[in-house]
Amino acid sequence: MIAELGHFALILALLAAVMQAAFGLIGPAVDKPALTAVVRPATSAQFVLVTISLGALVWAFVQNDFSVEYVASNSNSALPLLYRVSAVWGAHEGSLLLWAWILAGWTLAVSWRSGGLPEGFAARVLGILGLVSIGFLLFTLATSNPFARLEPAVPDGRDLNPLLQDPALAAHPPMLYAGYVGLSVAFAFACAAMIEGRLDQTWARWTRPWTTVAWAFLTVGIALGSWWAYYELGWGGYWFWDPVENASFMPWLIATALIHSLAVTEKRGLFKSWTLLLAILAFSLSLLGTFLVRSGVLVSVHSFAADPARGMFILIFLVMIIGGALTLYAWRAPLLRSEAGFEFTSRESFLLFNNILLVVAAAVIFAGTMAPLISDALGLGTLSVGRQYFDPVFLLPTLPLLALAAVGLHSGWKRGRVSDRRAAILWTLLAAVLVTLLLVLGVWEGAKILTPVGFALGVWLILSSLVDPIDRWRRKLTLTPALLGMALAHASLGVFVVSITAVETYTRERDLALAVGEAGQVGEFEYRLTGLSGVEGPNYDALRGEVVVTEGGKPVGVLYPEKRNYWVQRQVMTEAGIDMQWTRDVFVALGEDLGAGRWSVRAQVRPLINYVWFAAVLMALGGIWAACDRRYRREPRA
Amino acid sequence: MNRYLLPGGVFLLLVIVLYIGIQRAPQKTVIPSALLGKPAPQFTLPVLGRNESFSSTSLAGRWHAINVWGTWCPECRVEHDMLLRIADSGELPLIGFNWKDDDAAALDWLAQLGNPYSVVVADREGRAAINWGVYGAPETFLINDRGIVVHKHVGAMTQEVWEREFRARLPRTAALPGALK
Amino acid sequence: MMRWARGFLAGVVVLVLSGSALAIDPIELADPALQERYRELTHELRCMQCQNQSIADSPVGLAGDLRREVRELLEAGKTDAEIREHLRARYGDFILFRPVFNWRNAWLWVTPVILLLLGLAVAMRVIRQRARLAATDTSSPDDPVA
Repeated sequence: MIAELGHFALILALLAAVMQAAFGLIGPAVDKPALTAVVRPATSAQFVLVTISLGALVWAFVQNDFSVEYVASNSNSALPLLYRVSAVWGAHEGSLLLWAWILAGWTLAVSWRSGGLPEGFAARVLGILGLVSIGFLLFTLATSNPFARLEPAVPDGRDLNPLLQDPALAAHPPMLYAGYVGLSVAFAFACAAMIEGRLDQTWARWTRPWTTVAWAFLTVGIALGSWWAYYELGWGGYWFWDPVENASFMPWLIATALIHSLAVTEKRGLFKSWTLLLAILAFSLSLLGTFLVRSGVLVSVHSFAADPARGMFILIFLVMIIGGALTLYAWRAPLLRSEAGFEFTSRESFLLFNNILLVVAAAVIFAGTMAPLISDALGLGTLSVGRQYFDPVFLLPTLPLLALAAVGLHSGWKRGRVSDRRAAILWTLLAAVLVTLLLVLGVWEGAKILTPVGFALGVWLILSSLVDPIDRWRRKLTLTPALLGMALAHASLGVFVVSITAVETYTRERDLALAVGEAGQVGEFEYRLTGLSGVEGPNYDALRGEVVVTEGGKPVGVLYPEKRNYWVQRQVMTEAGIDMQWTRDVFVALGEDLGAGRWSVRAQVRPLINYVWFAAVLMALGGIWAACDRRYRREPRA
Repeated sequence: MNRYLLPGGVFLLLVIVLYIGIQRAPQKTVIPSALLGKPAPQFTLPVLGRNESFSSTSLAGRWHAINVWGTWCPECRVEHDMLLRIADSGELPLIGFNWKDDDAAALDWLAQLGNPYSVVVADREGRAAINWGVYGAPETFLINDRGIVVHKHVGAMTQEVWEREFRARLPRTAALPGALK
Repeated sequence: MMRWARGFLAGVVVLVLSGSALAIDPIELADPALQERYRELTHELRCMQCQNQSIADSPVGLAGDLRREVRELLEAGKTDAEIREHLRARYGDFILFRPVFNWRNAWLWVTPVILLLLGLAVAMRVIRQRARLAATDTSSPDDPVA
């Protein structure tokens, strides 16, 4: 009954979305406020209905209703409550419903917070969002109904994939989708501007906070996924250039370019067509990511069950939405040219390079991800692309980008006046080089070629981010959230670069063969296997190892890596034992039974790795802080 | 003006590529064999359940198929009946290549389900399989009378696969040089 | 045809997802130089069964067999290039993570460089245009723009 209610609510939600799109776009077009006014109630109705639908699905999971096929495929009565809820978005159908719900939620937020916008414009924004909602709701109802019944009902379900039974991974899709969906708001703002043929600084000021918050969510979502991969997948890696990882990283790069481009448009009315194009591109990549994961076109560790029919639907949707937007672009963008100027060393110039390098980076990842597909489509055979390709080609545009950022942070608008700031630029660079020498020669051994480059760029960026705020503080000028948020975000990027450099250079790893009582060395650390016992969890039984770790004789801790056997899906999963400290992680995982009482054990020491994710979170917080600046909340002077 | 049409043009190209990708998606999982058109790798392996070894040189001059299987492989169970039918037809001798398996279990399996193979060799460690580029069971190789690998099929053998990919390649002579039993 | 392909893909996906069981390989070669080459090589070769993992990281039997093959070839004195070629001849280009530079995928390696140069050219052109405009423009950057 509840499932049918959920299904019905979803159908009604689709109708609400149709109303939202129709009235939102037609009302302003025929200039009839009475029609336009239907948009906001339609938006609220859609949100309520999708919430009911999602609620029904959550209820079905919590109540263990195995007559619903989706529940039977992804849950089990022994599954803990938290995971029964997160299983809702554990597979294709439910995750689409989550997408639709988050979209309805963002749309409602725009509806509530758009009091300062002209009514026609706001209606158009909501109308475009309505079109996107229609696409997702229709897709769900037509090809991926999560409420389909199973006849006859099974007594118990097939359980959630054990890989997904984890708190970080429960949070990862909602965060990620919040990011993807948030980019549709920027897209809607862009389309509304193109429809009206007007794009000015006020428009940029409206669009910026929404885009920045979406970007922040995307940052956290990606970081969560990476952190989870690190501690859950058992061999200590955290980024694999897997197609689905790339599918989330590309929109992030473009969204980063977009928020910078919006800054220029807001300040100086420049880069208008760039901003439009980036907004369209960011959302396109989000949709493309959805396509790649669900269509069977690429083989990936992350792929949902592949289905070319679904792939076809998304492709058609992609063509309509993006094709429509690009047509608008070709029609309207030529009208938007501004005649303002800026010098070679101005902030605009740096940001132009910034945007271009970010787009090149995204394009390069795109090429690598799509290469197997393109090669196959053109009959050139199967191509394989792994990290040996992605690592170097990604660094190609990124290293210059970091250097430009460190200098560009000092530049002024229009005139640049970088020569005035020469002192600051030089001393930050000098300090960075000194710190680098200290790290590379003093603290750790075994640097590779790019190690000093990475350290220097990272530290330089951190110091450069702090120069302006400190200078302003000393001159007793106001420190706005926009300024401080920006400083935090850029400094965090620097921290990120430093920590990745450290992890990639100085990680020590060994695979040891140990019997109980034996120990192995990894650098200064000794790993001693002191016990092996059987334990039982709510839906698994496991072999738990007890590993005592000491560093140069001093105790570090006792770690408990496990090898879990999940009953229902009969999968074996490795839970690593990690001692997390700010300076380094000590990582141990159980491998295979080698016979004769010995087990293979992977032991790693990873310096500074926790800063990788901490930096990402700080970067996101920086963005949100900046988005809270009061200037985004003041009423515009029409 | 023209540069504003550029993004649309690029998008169109992308859509075409993706469309082709969807059409070809079902075949995506199969990697073409690196051995096609090359001489079949030679091997000398123990015969399953017997105290002797078998050398692939004794297959020279005859069309034959090598079928890689294991008792641990569910798809092998699925294709087994089809293999029996092929064996009964006498059109193509099947050489069984028992990959990374347990001898007793393999013999049991053949006793219970029937033995379609003229001879079964056991590659317990997987060394010979690497020479053949084997990466997942079941796999079936078709070798011609000059010892060249002409086709490889990954996955269960079905009636359709047999007709279109194997039988269609066999020469039209009425009977192939006799069974190897 | 499609049915088994989907089943196979689902099987591969399940296998891959379940492959979070570790590939741990505590066998070390006596010679540290060989051991280092062994580490590098096994990270460069794709596990053909779990196709997004290297044979160093994959837990499946085939990966173990391939690692053994690499070890034996190393101990027999083969060079890295010979070992890669040995496996490429048997499994095709797909087994190498770093795509071999040949005419068929030259475009893949050249594309990033071309994109970068193109991007820089565009940037320079725009900046030159705007710098010319800035030379004659005396307004302050804080003045509102249309």
